[in-house]
Amino acid sequence: MRVVIDADLCQGQGRCFSIAPSVFGFDELGSGVVLVTGELGEGELELARLAEANCPEHAVEVRE
Amino acid sequence: MTMEKTPVTDFATDFDHTDPAWVADPYPIWEDLRQRCPVAHTERYGGAWFPATHAGVTQIAKDTENFTSRTVIMNDGRPDELALPSPIGVAPPITSDPPFHQIARKLILPAFSPGAINPLEPQVRALCGTLLDRVAGGDVVEASWEYARLIPPSVIRQMLGFPEADTDVFIDIVHTVTESVDLPMDERIAAFEPIEEYFVAQIEDHQANPRDDLTTFLLNAEIDGQKLAVEHVFGTMILILVAGIDTTWSAIGSSLWHLARNPSDLERLVNEPGLMPIAIEEFLRFYAPVTMARLVKHDMEYLGVAMKEYDWILLGFPAANRDPAAFADADRFIIDRAENRHVAFGLGIHRCAGSNLARLELRVALEEFIARYPRFALADPDQVTWSQGQIRGPRRLPIRVG
Repeated sequence: MRVVIDADLCQGQGRCFSIAPSVFGFDELGSGVVLVTGELGEGELELARLAEANCPEHAVEVRE
Repeated sequence: MTMEKTPVTDFATDFDHTDPAWVADPYPIWEDLRQRCPVAHTERYGGAWFPATHAGVTQIAKDTENFTSRTVIMNDGRPDELALPSPIGVAPPITSDPPFHQIARKLILPAFSPGAINPLEPQVRALCGTLLDRVAGGDVVEASWEYARLIPPSVIRQMLGFPEADTDVFIDIVHTVTESVDLPMDERIAAFEPIEEYFVAQIEDHQANPRDDLTTFLLNAEIDGQKLAVEHVFGTMILILVAGIDTTWSAIGSSLWHLARNPSDLERLVNEPGLMPIAIEEFLRFYAPVTMARLVKHDMEYLGVAMKEYDWILLGFPAANRDPAAFADADRFIIDRAENRHVAFGLGIHRCAGSNLARLELRVALEEFIARYPRFALADPDQVTWSQGQIRGPRRLPIRVG
């Protein structure tokens, strides 16, 4: 499983990188950035799913 | 403040967010509206709509085709009296529409990104400690007026690079501005005079002595190779004051009010400090302080109602946060709520640019208060007062700490 951020939807709400700082970071504008671009480890997957469930903009997506 | 208003008898057809019932406890009103409207209307303010659902708020917040942000404080005046022409507006970028909005927003986002804000934590913590020292000694602490109120302006003063010696002057000026947003237009303009004078003096000082702060940054910023218009710099500075101060003050105050009334939640935070970041999000959901406004761009059918050009939309993010269609147990405060897509900072392109700073101040203010006073309660519930208008929070909050 991988996680992606839809840059068109992301508004820099900041939820993903505060919930899962090992999976997400931020750029100079404060938008979310995926740090783990490949296959997610088990703990990372759980955190990525939590970030997905907390993004008010629905910009975070965990996918196959 | 102004004329005597007629009391509201039915919020579905005649709502007023300054009505004493709404100011005292808006949540049952919103729940009632969700069940029967769900878009409430009023002829007050020249005509306005209030969507009470998460879906309605979301749709309008993201729709910049049909709604303009030219003015975001609902009042009796019409937009063109004070605002610069769309798309810039009087306080860019909050009052700007696309495409200019994005240009103005990108200018200020770096100054409020986590990379710029996170390093402020030690000084915010020191500030909170100093304020707590100042009120220490008695059995009762005025947690809103003497603590929460004083945190955001000191941080903003520092970010703008205004002299530390001006802290008290600055807090007074800020107060005038934030109190004046609901006044009639002529009184608003008069209220802005002292701050304009102060800002012009600061801008001149920064032009003569540039330094590493937000004011110098704005003065040097360029759009298409052109320095910003003075009105733009001034407007953005006003925005930073109005948007960044009584909002966070309110969030800190509401959170302390909650903890003073809910000893089990206080105890959990004392025993599990690691819970704080999650708890912050539930405080923000449950007590979201900020309601925004939009103007309808043209006559249209929308959300099942007939909107007219220049009708107001009162955009209730706090109401959206209590919608059971969007949140399980929406009317319960759950301090470790795991899934929480709250919209306290808005949605879409106007997401609060200062959200990272607001979260930092809220978290540190609560951490320091709790560290100093692991047990506290309301001194006298009857003495708690709440703000009126689009920013909701306690203004007087006597807390018994001894």
